[in-house]
Amino acid sequence: MKRDIILAGVGGQGILSIATVIGFVVVDQGLYLKQAEVHGMSQRGGDVQSNLRISSDPIYSDLIPAGQADLIISVEPMESLRYIPFLSRTGWLITSTAPYVNITDYPENDVLMNEIRKVKNHIAIPADTIAKEIGSPRSSNIVMLGAASAYLDLPFEKLEEGIQKIFGKKGEKIVESNLKALHAGRDFAKSYIA
Amino acid sequence: MENQKVLLLGDEAIAQGAIDAGASGFYAYPGTPSTEIMEYVQHSKEADEGNIHRQWSANEKTAVESALGMSYAGKRTVACMKHVGVNVAADPFVNSGVTGANGGLIVVAADDPSMHSSQNEQDSRFFANFSLIPCLEPSNQQEAYDMMFYGMDFSEKFKTPLLMRITTRLAHSRSGVVLKSKRPQNSLKLPEDGRQFVLLPSISRKRYKLLLEAQTKFVEESENSPFNVYTDGADKSLGVIACGIGYNYYMENFPSGSPNPVLKIGQYPAPRKLIERMAKECKTILVIEEGMPLLEENLRGFMNAPLEIKGRLDGTLPRDGELNPNLIRIGLGLSDNTGNDVPEVVKLRPPAMCTGCSHIDTYKALIETVKDVYGDGHVFSDIGCYTLGAYPPYEIINSCVDMGASVTMAKGAADAGLFPSIAVIGDSTFTHSGMTGLLDAVIENTNMILFILDNSTTAMTGGQKSHAYGKIKDICIGLGVNPEHVREVVPLPKNHSEFVNIIKEELEYNGLSVIIPTRECIQTIGKKK
Ligand SMILES: Cc1ncc(C[n+]2csc(CCOP(=O)(O)OP(=O)(O)O)c2C)c(N)n1
Repeated sequence: MKRDIILAGVGGQGILSIATVIGFVVVDQGLYLKQAEVHGMSQRGGDVQSNLRISSDPIYSDLIPAGQADLIISVEPMESLRYIPFLSRTGWLITSTAPYVNITDYPENDVLMNEIRKVKNHIAIPADTIAKEIGSPRSSNIVMLGAASAYLDLPFEKLEEGIQKIFGKKGEKIVESNLKALHAGRDFAKSYIA
Repeated sequence: MENQKVLLLGDEAIAQGAIDAGASGFYAYPGTPSTEIMEYVQHSKEADEGNIHRQWSANEKTAVESALGMSYAGKRTVACMKHVGVNVAADPFVNSGVTGANGGLIVVAADDPSMHSSQNEQDSRFFANFSLIPCLEPSNQQEAYDMMFYGMDFSEKFKTPLLMRITTRLAHSRSGVVLKSKRPQNSLKLPEDGRQFVLLPSISRKRYKLLLEAQTKFVEESENSPFNVYTDGADKSLGVIACGIGYNYYMENFPSGSPNPVLKIGQYPAPRKLIERMAKECKTILVIEEGMPLLEENLRGFMNAPLEIKGRLDGTLPRDGELNPNLIRIGLGLSDNTGNDVPEVVKLRPPAMCTGCSHIDTYKALIETVKDVYGDGHVFSDIGCYTLGAYPPYEIINSCVDMGASVTMAKGAADAGLFPSIAVIGDSTFTHSGMTGLLDAVIENTNMILFILDNSTTAMTGGQKSHAYGKIKDICIGLGVNPEHVREVVPLPKNHSEFVNIIKEELEYNGLSVIIPTRECIQTIGKKK
């Protein structure tokens, strides 16, 4: 088993919450993990990514080799495209459609969506809207995780367990809304490709 | 915790390794990618229970000196910094090679190839090399952890400091680390030779000879080190020497084993015998180093070695920047696996000052009073969040060189006749290296204005406590700045005209002024909520 995942977004969007849940499951399953994060300057509103590598065999490189990523999970549409050179020919691009505009030359929405549709295997998901609809606007990252869950090769119940463990400290209500977000994301992805 | 497997960043593995290896103190100044070492120790319950020293230092020089003092007193200690911090600490570091250590002493330098968050991509191994200090370079988180035990033992056995060199990818990548059983801290024990640390020329000359003699033993240790491993391979047309994480990038391309002989290097001085074996058995050697071509240059020699050396210097690998598995593939003549190009619609997204940041209000006042009036070229900046004022829409600063340089560059430019000459520095950078420069300006009452942007924190590196907190005005007056020209202002949009007036008044004054805009960083306020 091997999964190379690029998590993408803008500094401050909290992509590492996705990594934390996956990390919990990976350790629980006794798999190997390497997770390269971005700390430092880019966290001030610049582009950030994390390379998450999961394998049943020991992993050498902390960085995913070009053209080998199985998945790009992005919480921002333009950022999802920045890592295209890393995506394998059979890989999936799963992105939120909610733009984060903090630059003056941000592309038009149509142009952006056109590029995303050019990727054969893609899921574009209005994660922010879905999170709002289920009454949990701050769980859009977990909606993204739900949308990607079918492609992780990790048991879904374990992701649920991970959410319970990681958000448990914050109270039952937060756990509930994140579980709801996970399910909503998964359901959306199912209907998207159906 | 023994035998437990935990997920740790490379930085955290170093911190936990040193705690478990019996360190009594950590000394550091924040700097990406090294910051998380100290932050981990500050949050560690074990460090608290063990009463391990874990306060930030004013700068990297004070950090290494304090660590040297703790080593003098017989205890184990670690000093941590980013690569450019080693420049600041170079004086005590280089001289610590000559004094040697007493309690275990490891200096950790975190390099940043490709300059993700830095001014340059210097390679700290060069410092170890010319200081004749042994160097460790882990290839993964587990090695980083284990090397703290190994390094402390080495340091105490040979009475020498050690440098551990890591790079961004290891520092900020998480992986499973198996912990060892914890060792007790040392008790107080002064050096046996009371003059070991007295570097008077007559003593230094003796100590330097001892350091030179020790090199033979250091090389022997490297040749037998568990971190320098020779693995034979069938195809001897090429031998590969891979240092630190360069080894991972090479092996990533050969999941079922390398076809060529590979020498993995994690300890310096370079293991001579192992390299000689490779030179004897292989016609060509490829040297893979993350950072600068240190070993490659040594192997080539000035007249070029009789055997062919490939690496960063002949274009097999790029001369600069971070390595990755694909660059190694290309260097080996294998297929380039890169996917499709980044679509053109993807624009650059540089970091920016946060909405509501106090630095923005300072820059708006400076644009109105300096940039719009005198044109460009008058604002010397320093290193911190305010450096982002170089980007649009502000484009107000004209320099960023090294910590503290704003003050002294403004002074030099004023000496040359530039008017107005303005310096902009953050509170943490001011106490790191700005105070001495300000004293230079005080002595000559230089006609310049220094802005000390007090946001009560070290914001750029994530909001560490600043030594300057609540002290800046007193420091300036104490250094001798005329109190009438030490001005305070709260940088807020509603105070814009007050701010502008203060600047205009100080521009009128023919002498040294300090303006201290004071308002807390909105990120640290947010975190407290
Ligand atoms: C010698 C050296 N040490 C550390 C750093 C890392 N560094 C860059 S900016 C910065 C913080 C600056 O804090 P401050 O001056 O208070 O400005 P702020 O970011 O809070 O605006 C640090 C520690 C560096 N670039 N050089």
